[in-house]
Amino acid sequence: MLYREAGDFKTSYKSDSQTFPIAFDRYRYWAVMAFAFLVIPFIINDYWASAILLPFLIYSIAAIGLNILVGYCGQVSLGTGGFMAVGAFACYKLMTAFPDVSILIHVILAGGITAIVGAAFGLPSLRIKGFYLAVATLAAQFFLVWLFNKVSWFYNYSASGQINAPERFVGGIAVTGPNADAWAKYLVCLVFVTVCALISRNLTRGNVGRSWMAIRDMDIAAEIIGVNPLKAKLTAFAVSSFFIGISGALFFSVYLGAVEVGEAFGIQKSFLVLFMIIIGGLGSIFGSFAGAALLVVLPVALKVIGVDFLGWPTDLVAHLQLVVVGALLGLLQ
Amino acid sequence: MSADFLYGIEVIINGLMAGVLYALVALGFVLIYKASGIFNYAQGVMALFAALTLVGIMEGQVPFSHLINAIFGTKIHHFGWEVPALLAIFLTVLVMGLFAVLVQKFVFRHLVGQEPIILFMATIGLAYFLEGVGDLMWGSDIKTLALGLPQGGSRWVEDLTSPLGGDDFYGFFIDKLDMVAAVVAAVLVTGLILFAQYTKQGRAMRAVADDHQAALSVGISLNFIWVLVWSLAGLVALVAGIMWGAKSGVQFSLSLIALKALPVLMLGGFTSIPGAIVGGLIIGVGEKLFEYTIGAPYLGGATENWFAYMLALLFLVFRPQGLFGEKIIERV
Repeated sequence: MLYREAGDFKTSYKSDSQTFPIAFDRYRYWAVMAFAFLVIPFIINDYWASAILLPFLIYSIAAIGLNILVGYCGQVSLGTGGFMAVGAFACYKLMTAFPDVSILIHVILAGGITAIVGAAFGLPSLRIKGFYLAVATLAAQFFLVWLFNKVSWFYNYSASGQINAPERFVGGIAVTGPNADAWAKYLVCLVFVTVCALISRNLTRGNVGRSWMAIRDMDIAAEIIGVNPLKAKLTAFAVSSFFIGISGALFFSVYLGAVEVGEAFGIQKSFLVLFMIIIGGLGSIFGSFAGAALLVVLPVALKVIGVDFLGWPTDLVAHLQLVVVGALLGLLQ
Repeated sequence: MSADFLYGIEVIINGLMAGVLYALVALGFVLIYKASGIFNYAQGVMALFAALTLVGIMEGQVPFSHLINAIFGTKIHHFGWEVPALLAIFLTVLVMGLFAVLVQKFVFRHLVGQEPIILFMATIGLAYFLEGVGDLMWGSDIKTLALGLPQGGSRWVEDLTSPLGGDDFYGFFIDKLDMVAAVVAAVLVTGLILFAQYTKQGRAMRAVADDHQAALSVGISLNFIWVLVWSLAGLVALVAGIMWGAKSGVQFSLSLIALKALPVLMLGGFTSIPGAIVGGLIIGVGEKLFEYTIGAPYLGGATENWFAYMLALLFLVFRPQGLFGEKIIERV
């Protein structure tokens, strides 16, 4: 009764082609936005921010990025961890080289740098398809992690190879570093998520998105009818890497504060984001959010049930997490 | 002959040995891909699971002991007996056969005819699931595999080759375990090739690999062949798990050898058993040689992680189906 499509007539092209044509969806969207922007910053605390909300927001951006590449354009990529590392290190170098520029600009620039790197590693996709491409992106993953370990210029010659985010302020409020408040970090990530989701929604509904989906469905037929595969595939890699780079930059500067490239951006990260989009739904923006939410909350929920509630030892619960994730992945085909 | 040149030859020989071990892992992938078109990401975890089961049976561990103790508050860990190695290997093969039956029944029977990428994701899920179950059953601490395999450098080879160099040259250092692995792999591969070519079930396997429906129409039971193939892959995984486990202990990192086998498969082609061997050897030698000649002096070392992938990538750009694979035909 509440949720109906019937009887909801549009009187202009603009209202007909809006993102949420059904009224209920529209009101729900505005309610969620209002809650997220106006209510949560006042009730958030450090635990909720670090354990659930910040990882959820950051992985949502990465999941949107990977969904564009895998779900909309059909190019399987296992290089997400490496590209997040590019975003993080680009942000770090920019932050240390230009300390007066706002961190928001640095995050966007880091995304841009990652887009260029992503497009470069996407060149093999013009020749290699499907599953072989997944293995080729693994080359990107391992190579990038090795690069950031070996070339000490990237971590400013520090002895440990770890990069630390210096304290930065937005409008006088600290958003990185140990003194940053939970609500400030949350708001920065939330703004980025909203903007990224809006951009990706519009891209996927437009000409570029349609060319991606044509390549995904039948790339030879798409080429025959005039979709340029070079442009489509490279823009998919570039846009996807842009979002993944932003996610990596935020992951390093706002969420963790200090990162060691082998630990934080290894192949496990690539698989994690891939699982998020598989479980959430390929080719769907909302699915990226759903998958990110599930895979961020699931370990926390299992831990609360297993360790706090049932009193089981933590390694047992960790093994159970693997079992549950694997079963979900296998069953949701 | 200069010491550097001789050391280079030793690097090549060791690369060949490492390549044989990679090829052993890649064989399992090829078997399953040939028969069912599924790329089995879980092959590495199957090797880990097989090795864990072998050690668990040999030491008389109680399966799922940690979980049982947590639920019921008991403190049981071991049965108290120890099983001799050969019997334990036989029992583990039976366990891997049971695993093949279960996987076929509960996972892949429902996914017949799906796209390859969906099947691949299902095997990723299977990999995580199996890893969790393996840890739950046998515990996740590092175990030593005590099968009595010879280890350490081979003095016989050293003595044989030391006259080749000058006074400072002490002969090639080749691990005995690597030599045993090479022999075992050769026997296994020969056995598999003979099986595929000359036995009825082997031919049935090749028929299923070519065309499922045609095989069905001739009267071949798809389910039986798939169970057979997964059991064979489980056997290969067990051998690979034993070789790698004897080298570095049975632990989680064993499952990462699947990642090492991927460049081997890309090079050799996904559907060819000899391709897996040749690909493995090329990757093994290439990796070690690159590290020795360019990696260590100019790039700061540790290039073994990614060089194999770059090499395979380069090959793929020029020959997308790998060296021995079938040519990819796409129909629009």
